[in-house]
Amino acid sequence: MNTQSTSRSRRRFLASTARAAGGVSLLAMGLGTYARSVQSLPAMAVRPPGAGVEKDFLSACVRCGLCVRDCPYDTLKLAQPGDGLASGTPYFTARDIPCEMCEDIPCVLACPTGALDKSLTDIDDARMGLAVLIDQETCLNFQGLRCDVCYRVCPLIDKAITLDLQHNRRSSKHALFIPVVHSDACTGCGKCEHACVLDEAAIKVLPHHLAKGELGKHYRLGWKEKEKAGGSLVTPDQPHEFNLPKGLEYDYDDKGLTNEQSGTPFSSNPLDSLKRHAEQNP
Amino acid sequence: MKLSRRSFIKNNAIAATATAAGITLPGAAALAKHVDNKIRWDKAPCRFCGTGCSVLVGTKDGRVVATQGDPDAPVNRGLNCIKGYFLSKIMYGKDRLTKPLLRMSNGKYDKNGEFTEVSWDQAFDVMAEKWKEALKKKGPTSVGMFGSGQWTLWEGYAASKLLKAGFRSNNLDPNARHCMASAVGAFMRGFGSDEPMGCYDDLEHADVFVLWGSNMAEMHPILWSRLSDTRLTKDGCEVHVLSTFRHRCFDLADNGMVFTPQTDLAILNYIANYIIQNKAYNKDFIGKHVNFTKTVTDIGYGLRPEHPLEKKKTGKGGKLSKISFEEYAKSVSKYTLEYTSELSGVPKENLLRLAKVYADPNKKVSSYWTMGFNQHTRGVWVNGLLYNVHLLMGKISEPGNSPFSLTGQPSACGTAREVGTFAHRLPADLVVKKKAHRDFAEKIWKLPEGTIPAKPGYHAVLQNRMLKDGKLNAYWVMCNNNVQAAANFNEETWPGYRNPENFIVVSDPYPTVTAQAADLILPTAMWTEKEGAYGNAERRTQFWRQQVKAPGEAKSDLWQLIEFSKRFKVEEVWPAELIAKKPELKGKTLYEVLYRNGNVDKYPAQKITDSAGNVYDNDEMDAFGFYLQKGLFEEYRMFGTQGPKKGHNLGEFDAYHKARGLRWPVVNGKETLWRYREGYDPFVKKGEDIRFYGKPDGRANIIFAPYEPPAESPDQEYDLWLSTGRVLEHWHSGSMTRRVPELYRAFPDAVVFMHPDDAKARGLRRGMSCKLSSRRGEITLRVETRGRNRPPKGLVFVPWFDAGRLINKVTLDATDPLSKETDYKKCAVKIEKV
Repeated sequence: MNTQSTSRSRRRFLASTARAAGGVSLLAMGLGTYARSVQSLPAMAVRPPGAGVEKDFLSACVRCGLCVRDCPYDTLKLAQPGDGLASGTPYFTARDIPCEMCEDIPCVLACPTGALDKSLTDIDDARMGLAVLIDQETCLNFQGLRCDVCYRVCPLIDKAITLDLQHNRRSSKHALFIPVVHSDACTGCGKCEHACVLDEAAIKVLPHHLAKGELGKHYRLGWKEKEKAGGSLVTPDQPHEFNLPKGLEYDYDDKGLTNEQSGTPFSSNPLDSLKRHAEQNP
Repeated sequence: MKLSRRSFIKNNAIAATATAAGITLPGAAALAKHVDNKIRWDKAPCRFCGTGCSVLVGTKDGRVVATQGDPDAPVNRGLNCIKGYFLSKIMYGKDRLTKPLLRMSNGKYDKNGEFTEVSWDQAFDVMAEKWKEALKKKGPTSVGMFGSGQWTLWEGYAASKLLKAGFRSNNLDPNARHCMASAVGAFMRGFGSDEPMGCYDDLEHADVFVLWGSNMAEMHPILWSRLSDTRLTKDGCEVHVLSTFRHRCFDLADNGMVFTPQTDLAILNYIANYIIQNKAYNKDFIGKHVNFTKTVTDIGYGLRPEHPLEKKKTGKGGKLSKISFEEYAKSVSKYTLEYTSELSGVPKENLLRLAKVYADPNKKVSSYWTMGFNQHTRGVWVNGLLYNVHLLMGKISEPGNSPFSLTGQPSACGTAREVGTFAHRLPADLVVKKKAHRDFAEKIWKLPEGTIPAKPGYHAVLQNRMLKDGKLNAYWVMCNNNVQAAANFNEETWPGYRNPENFIVVSDPYPTVTAQAADLILPTAMWTEKEGAYGNAERRTQFWRQQVKAPGEAKSDLWQLIEFSKRFKVEEVWPAELIAKKPELKGKTLYEVLYRNGNVDKYPAQKITDSAGNVYDNDEMDAFGFYLQKGLFEEYRMFGTQGPKKGHNLGEFDAYHKARGLRWPVVNGKETLWRYREGYDPFVKKGEDIRFYGKPDGRANIIFAPYEPPAESPDQEYDLWLSTGRVLEHWHSGSMTRRVPELYRAFPDAVVFMHPDDAKARGLRRGMSCKLSSRRGEITLRVETRGRNRPPKGLVFVPWFDAGRLINKVTLDATDPLSKETDYKKCAVKIEKV
């Protein structure tokens, strides 16, 4: 179980995304022509699975509509003039009808040109967009309520969205269940945005280029690199010894200075002692 | 949708820009404040589960316009789950019933007629005629009522008087029979007094939590957040979760265990065996406070007597016989780690880890369970086997050491159990079987000796069977949706309700599946459309005032019960010799006898106000001319303060309108947190330390019971286990939550959760329709192989909230022969592609 608190960087990321989204909404609303000219998707439009980079998708898509026809859930629709994206191209609005992530991916199968990438055979590998918990001020779970509907409807529950437990300092005896989206698993299906119970969703699927920050190439997160490598990148640390007053212990890896040691060879659990007796006197 | 979406983006963009620039929008904030100023706020408990969260109800212009979690409530401190968030919307579904509807043809009642609007007078005329006809033809056992753990205390109490004394029929049972009757049975057998010894504070005091058949993460969301917080903040805290499939609690589990259905019986005996083998038991405690007993075995499965399984059984009932500690130790010795691991499918190291935390005298353990234990053909046994473990260690009745039965309904404890709306019960743990108890009830109720019949009435499952068999003919269903809830819809429930010999009345706010099966539907007020009181799982009694009026002609269950009682003269329902014992009752109506008895009508009509001077309606007071709720409660309270069973004291009526609930026993205004322990419980005398005073010798029972197989297990044809249950978004049959658009969207239709390999083997993919069938019926629904529940191979899970996919057409009406509670967690099904 991961009970580590959400990292500060994650929070900063969410906050900056929120700001970015606000700015982009303005663009989408007033400067649609501009948005089209740079071939950027409106924030709320999500492309079908396998669509890839917007520029490449637009050059490959022949506007045939076959993917829309074969979508069993009527998720996909064709852009109309005024929708803010190239007319005749397929997209969906997660809040209306999200992608149900069909195992056989019929939209991709239907695509005659490869605009929807045929090499996408496992729907879990789709990256239609990225869910972002965009408004922490209204998200009920951030207030301590037990909604977590976005988490439970997630087809990749515990992978794409996890609940990060934190202590609720206001109530003092409840936990906060903070939904955290993981970009390495989120397909952008939009089930979370669709199901969000608020009048306006606090979690939204955004195109990757709006949703995602990027770490400076000059830096690595040490613990992640260690995890990736399966161990320390340099010579592992040696056991340490310390000068300590009698009765005190120093747990170098975890607890630091402790005085809980009872000073006897017995554990606090009598069963351990009983077991040891049994082992010693078979 | 689109327009509003765009305008939202626009507004949001403005707001975002404004916020980014450090500007606030004073106009908008001032407007919102102005609207809020006109809202009247008052407290009420949440209408859904047994947790008992308190909410503040905001009323404006005769409508509940908002709610908020009550920040001063100790249970939830301002928080709610997602159902609680939408509480104010449940009263305003589009299809609220507002007029009585009677099945009619050509202007007359006809069982096969169309539902037609009638007046309350017409409705009660027909109803009274049918009741009188049944009473005359077949006597009191031909009338009955199915009540509710969602009734207010006084509704349950008024119903109990009407049925048990008025009609002299014990055929009154609540839907709580499906919910925690097994817990009740075990409390009575083990301790001689119902309901938990601990309280929710155990959630902060325990070192170890063990969940036995409870998906608290979804079903008790606010309690789960308390448990999670302790796990998060307390050094060394552990969570152990046992279930027949992986669910959301496993996310937090340090030791998650998926066991083969029914083998929880063996696992608990293994733990007891481990404790004894390692001599870890609390010798002092068991010497002073415990008796060792064993129960009768091979007792069948509560099916109809002609069922082959019932013919095969060799034992009957729940008689206990005393045994020695050594005999007990020998009985559990069979449940070794190897045997139990093999039987249950749980790896040895997990079982061992679990046994060790119970056996560790330095660890405080709180065990929680809900329907996994209670809906079990050996439900009373399995509840008891857990008490055995706690009692062996003396880990009971103190902060953090707590076996705790969670309840599913807001007043399963308050109305079903404490008021005693079961077929065998009377208020405050009294039972109809005991003459002294009947005598006491008759004395409080000012009725002639012998009014209350001694024989327990038909319990929930038996009621449906008796309807089908034509023995129960005039039947009133109130505040529940039993046609969707009761198992074996096709073979028992539906034929019973539609049996031409029967007249079925259903009182409900909404046209439920049960209402559709009725002959007369009565439109009913709900939640804060009436003054009410609930009792939650930790013995906390909470009151609320009426906030708004019910729509149209809808009336509260209380009004319906009392008004209906006016239609009967004692001469029409009681034999002459009974009336002769109290001649002053001659010629009186049941209304006068039961509710104008000097107790119930003791408190005159008054203006209902709160401390801020706000004035509230009380429609029942207006209708009957006295403070009905107060009179009923104060009479009911006498059962606790004067009755033969110790320790059921409630506080005075007015105290509850002031407090955020009080945990009983309440003595001299003081609440009780932990029962049976000196210092905490006022009924344990100085020097006694611990006394289980529900039992005459003050000792609790350790009751040995073995593993016995379930009624139905998968075989070649029906090759999968079926377990049913709930989801967080919907409450019970979904009649309220499915009418909230946001909750409906969050989980629209029931699906079958199954293992991907099981789906694949049947040619099924996620999202495809499949046919799920048992020997009793079938339904069609979609396959879900991902998501919140992850069953092991060989087991599927279906939630029961969906009126469009009635899983109770499939389930088996096997019950615990002791508690009569149905096992909704185990039957055999198959799944095919359609």
